[in-house]
Amino acid sequence: MDFSLTDEQRMLQDTVERLVQDQYGFEQRHSYMQAEEGFTREMWHQLAELGLLGVPFSEELGGFGGGPVETMLVMEAFGKGLVLEPYVASIVTAGQLIGDSGSDAQKEAILEPLISGELLLAFAHGEPDNRYSDTQVSSRAERSSGGYVLSGHKAVVLHGDSADKLVVSARTGGDTMDADGISLFLIDATAQGVSIQGYPTIDGLHAAEVRLDRVQVGEDALIGQDGKAADLIELTQDRGAFAVCAEAVGAMTVACDLTLDYLKQRKQFGVAIGTFQSVQHRMVEMRMELEQARSATMKAAAKLAGNDVAERRRAVSTAKNQVGRGGRFVSEQSIQLHGGIGMTEEYNLAHYAKRIAMIDNQFGDADAHLDRFSSHMTVPKEL
Amino acid sequence: MDINFTPEEEAFRNDVRAFLNEKLPPALSDKVLNHKHLGKEEFVRWQKILYEKGWAAPGWPEKYGGPGWTPVQKSIFEEETALAGAPPLLPFGLAMVAPVIMNFGSEEQKQQFLPPILSADTWWCQGYSEPGAGSDLASLKTRAERQGDHYIVSGQKTWTTLAQHADWIFCLVRTDPQAKKQEGISFLLIDMNTPGISVRPIITLDGAHEVNEVFLDNVKVPVENLVGEENKGWTYAKFLLGHERSGIAGVGRGKMELRRLKDIASREKKNGRPLIEDPTFRSKVAQIEMELDALEMTDLRVIAAVQHGQAPGPEASMLKIKGTEIRQEIYHLIRQAVGPYALPFQPGALSEAGTDDAVAPDYALTAAATYFNNRKLTIFGGSNEIQKNIVSKMILGL
Ligand SMILES: Cc1cc2nc3c(=O)[nH]c(=O)nc-3n(C[C@H](O)[C@H](O)[C@H](O)COP(=O)(O)OP(=O)(O)OC[C@H]3O[C@@H](n4cnc5c(N)ncnc54)[C@H](O)[C@@H]3O)c2cc1C
Repeated sequence: MDFSLTDEQRMLQDTVERLVQDQYGFEQRHSYMQAEEGFTREMWHQLAELGLLGVPFSEELGGFGGGPVETMLVMEAFGKGLVLEPYVASIVTAGQLIGDSGSDAQKEAILEPLISGELLLAFAHGEPDNRYSDTQVSSRAERSSGGYVLSGHKAVVLHGDSADKLVVSARTGGDTMDADGISLFLIDATAQGVSIQGYPTIDGLHAAEVRLDRVQVGEDALIGQDGKAADLIELTQDRGAFAVCAEAVGAMTVACDLTLDYLKQRKQFGVAIGTFQSVQHRMVEMRMELEQARSATMKAAAKLAGNDVAERRRAVSTAKNQVGRGGRFVSEQSIQLHGGIGMTEEYNLAHYAKRIAMIDNQFGDADAHLDRFSSHMTVPKEL
Repeated sequence: MDINFTPEEEAFRNDVRAFLNEKLPPALSDKVLNHKHLGKEEFVRWQKILYEKGWAAPGWPEKYGGPGWTPVQKSIFEEETALAGAPPLLPFGLAMVAPVIMNFGSEEQKQQFLPPILSADTWWCQGYSEPGAGSDLASLKTRAERQGDHYIVSGQKTWTTLAQHADWIFCLVRTDPQAKKQEGISFLLIDMNTPGISVRPIITLDGAHEVNEVFLDNVKVPVENLVGEENKGWTYAKFLLGHERSGIAGVGRGKMELRRLKDIASREKKNGRPLIEDPTFRSKVAQIEMELDALEMTDLRVIAAVQHGQAPGPEASMLKIKGTEIRQEIYHLIRQAVGPYALPFQPGALSEAGTDDAVAPDYALTAAATYFNNRKLTIFGGSNEIQKNIVSKMILGL
């Protein structure tokens, strides 16, 4: 057993952490947020130049050849700076999906500009009523001569308002709740019939409602096999869940550090508030939640790299559940221990607290992952 | 033991309901029930409606224009108004400064200040906390120096709720810097229009403008605006803490939010079925309802004791702790119930009757902001940690 990083991984971590440290200060982040898309293309191009956009792609696809551990390192550092760029949307979810399962032509058209920062993607799977389900899909793709016609409503699509192309799930067969019959398509954000309503999210990111009204696409828009996308969607959602877990670990680290500093500085009743034992114990509990979240995320990294789907499901759900519950605790208590100052928009803690809490509303909340774990939990037959 | 309300109390409840039915404007209750921000006019409008009926100040004695209700009646009134979605009666004038003036103020102060508080013609804010004096309020530094028939006040107050609307602020100020910290404090009433006062907004993490910093720079305050005796302000502030604690558990409000939670969970779907039918989620709703049920009984026990002449003591701290924890859990469950639609930040949906481009129902668009905003419940009014210190000292003797 060895939890240490390789030299290459350490270099990657240094690179991202330095970027965040130098260029993602509180004021800087605030100014990036003012851009119409909620982040700046300059920063995105820097990520490309540093090779970060290629991290999860194999070298033959033009990438860095990293696995889940590398994604974890990038996302954790991003979490420390509350990075705004669409890395999860473009690279971790939609990008890897094309890298794994796109046709040769799709890879050719997408990956090079994606990795060089010229093209943005988004993963449009959620729908107004499907909560966090992998397989509840009511958008439809009807066969037509030479392709498909897509209609439906995709909800809260992370960074859907800046994407050039969208990876969309839609039904080519079956009923709304069926696992079978779901397909994935690569469509142009500007295609006729696509309308995109972007908005900021309460944690400082962007998302969009994507409406598809008889959008015509060719045969070549299909990703993978017709009607067989359920597993690929689940894997993509797992990657997204895992990436935001790592982001949460980074953000929770900062929330804990800020709080600890504050407990040493802030004086009431003539002493630092960190001298009160009830406060000390609370801070200890926060740190324990952080470590539990970190451990569970590390295990998810290992299981995402392996081939055992049941183990992957359990490990990702464990991580997302830990992050959901423990993140909530850290978010709430870091505010609480700061008192009034923890509630203000002008102080950076509140921004960490918000992002940490809202991660629970993405890629399945603590309950959704508790349910999924329960249904994949092994129970010995003989006791 | 009889845990039922008397027939008279039940009749009173019906009167309150009938009144709310007739007089509470649906436009107002709609906003309250959907957690939209209320403007000054809306708070004032509702208090004036109550004023006409003689119900604006549930806690006031009849001699000052209060309804003269028993503690049980007050609690019924609070519950019914909360359930109906009436705007809350802001405590700063009615429940904070007024009892201090009634008990310690001069005749002139009573005549000048109490009637417009009752009729909602003056808006008050509370100037206690300072940047360096939160939980340790007695360490406050804002200085008031006597010069002839005036005090000259300089310093800074902070977290001052809705000071942007206020005509008056009641302040704790230091009049004797030499005395022990609790002993050099006085209670001053200050006109917000006095030169030297400036108000700076503090925006909270939900995007709201609810609190402010109030700067006082050589503000001239007539000595007539001193309440009671100089250097006795801490006694009055403590009196206030012991006095108006009914409603501190927020049971009515909790019930209203629980009902909303159930309503939202019935509309939201999980796996194609109403979320409220999902065993995982439902058990959490059930759990919080049980907690709230027990709290209601605890609250009624305290109220009954007060009705029988006992002073509400440190028990109020328990009510505050449990009441705020329960409400925060409900706000969390509402945020969880709306799923990914907790994310969109469309401030228009919070302020006006709606926004044209709303991407989700109002209850979803306000869910996260309400959850974040209500982190305040465990911080203000004596943080829950401070309340626990009180319980451990005063009740447990630790
Ligand atoms: C939304 C909002 C509205 C407010 N409105 C008003 C208002 O209108 N007027 C007004 O005067 N004030 C108002 N306040 C201020 C409020 O009363 C203070 O925030 C509160 O007293 C806590 O003080 P603080 O923020 O300085 O935190 P601190 O006192 O610095 O406390 C920080 C943390 O340390 C803990 N702590 C402190 N001492 C102890 C101890 N002895 N043992 C254990 N833990 C301890 C606290 O519980 C808290 O978790 C408001 C606050 C908020 C957030």
